[in-house]
Amino acid sequence: MSLWGLLGQWLTDPAHWRGSTGVPTRLVEHLEYTGLSMLFALIIAVPIGAVVGHTGRGGFAVVGVANGLRALPSLGLLTIVVLAAGLGLAPPVLALTVLGIPPLLAGTYAGVRAVDPAVVDAARGVGMRPWQILLRVEIPNAMPLIFGGIRSAALQVVATATIASAVGLGGLGRFVIDGIAQEVYQQALAGALLVGALAIVIDLVLVVVQRGVVSPGLNQAGLTRRRVRARNTGNSSVPATGARAAHTGGSS
Amino acid sequence: MTAWLNAHWGLVFRLSGEHLYLALIPVLIGLVIAIPLGWVATQSRFLRATFFYVFGFIYSIPSLALIIVVPVVLGTRILDPINLMVPLAVYTVALMVRSVVDALESVPWHVRAAATAMGFRPLRRFFAVDLPMSVPVLIAGLRVAAVSSISLVSVGALIGLGGLGDLFTEGAQESFIGELVVGVIASLVLALITDIVLVLIGRLATPWTRV
Repeated sequence: MSLWGLLGQWLTDPAHWRGSTGVPTRLVEHLEYTGLSMLFALIIAVPIGAVVGHTGRGGFAVVGVANGLRALPSLGLLTIVVLAAGLGLAPPVLALTVLGIPPLLAGTYAGVRAVDPAVVDAARGVGMRPWQILLRVEIPNAMPLIFGGIRSAALQVVATATIASAVGLGGLGRFVIDGIAQEVYQQALAGALLVGALAIVIDLVLVVVQRGVVSPGLNQAGLTRRRVRARNTGNSSVPATGARAAHTGGSS
Repeated sequence: MTAWLNAHWGLVFRLSGEHLYLALIPVLIGLVIAIPLGWVATQSRFLRATFFYVFGFIYSIPSLALIIVVPVVLGTRILDPINLMVPLAVYTVALMVRSVVDALESVPWHVRAAATAMGFRPLRRFFAVDLPMSVPVLIAGLRVAAVSSISLVSVGALIGLGGLGDLFTEGAQESFIGELVVGVIASLVLALITDIVLVLIGRLATPWTRV
């Protein structure tokens, strides 16, 4: 039988869908790593990105740090934490948080930077204090790019949570890693497809959330992006790179 | 750690070379594919939206998944480096098409108009004017692609080919943290050097920005 046939057989075998090694359990573990990591990454990256974007100071450092973290190989980091702290939630959550920070940081920073200065001036003109400007004007206006960062981060974190299984942890990666180790390739393929499907579902959920959260006046994210580009013509420097980085970044 | 490193410099250099080869050849191939695709995307609104959607989707496929699917689709053996390089090239294309579109659109229309008025035919104008003018934005995209690619290669260690990623799997088996730290640092150094080289290439390719 072809690998695709075996794959169909694997996916439709009810034994693979129950118990502590079944798909639902692994899915919950996968979501646990992903959710916790995203939460920590948001708590760390969004305030820093927003404040740096607001003051305009330290932008170079933010982009540098974001790019530096991007270069850290998650598998190595994960393994180091496992050896240092033992198995448990800490290693995958730490490694995945580090992975989620760059897109969030870059997206928030670029989003806040890209808010039309005239809008910020108007807010100041009607008597808003700096933190009011940040919370009620800049962040809502930056939402399209912040969400770009959130989606990109979520995508990478979901995809990379797969490798947690390489160091003996749970999650959907179990099927992939065990499948390769035991040469049961239909199982590895099934695990890979499940992760891909999960990534797509999560992205769709985030799109729906984004529709609800982003002000209707800003619905075209392109508007903000065009502004970033317009301001950086001839000098494709920090914010433009940041904006692009928010929409890109590797999945793993 | 230093003791291990002193005894294994040769290994680290060999794996670093392998790592760069596995990471950067796909980026180069991906760039060469992305440039015509990006140009096509600038020609029509519909194609542009379609491309962005399709490549965004491709980018969402986990690399480990692609590494496993490639041998099934291409019929290559499970330990063939191609299995790692094809997904990396695919990611580069997915990432760079948007960059190429942004880059080509960053060329001021009057420059293009001037070139046309001087008698440049479309193909020659593309290579002699549009492409060089879009280098700054292209390089920005290429830096992200190259750095991501370098950090992704390590994942290949899980299927037995990963350049410096081999140090991760070996270090994990022997519970030796020093080897892992060396692997992570070497990988960071490769990314940093590549990034710097790309910035320098960008500068050398755009002498007019320094007038």
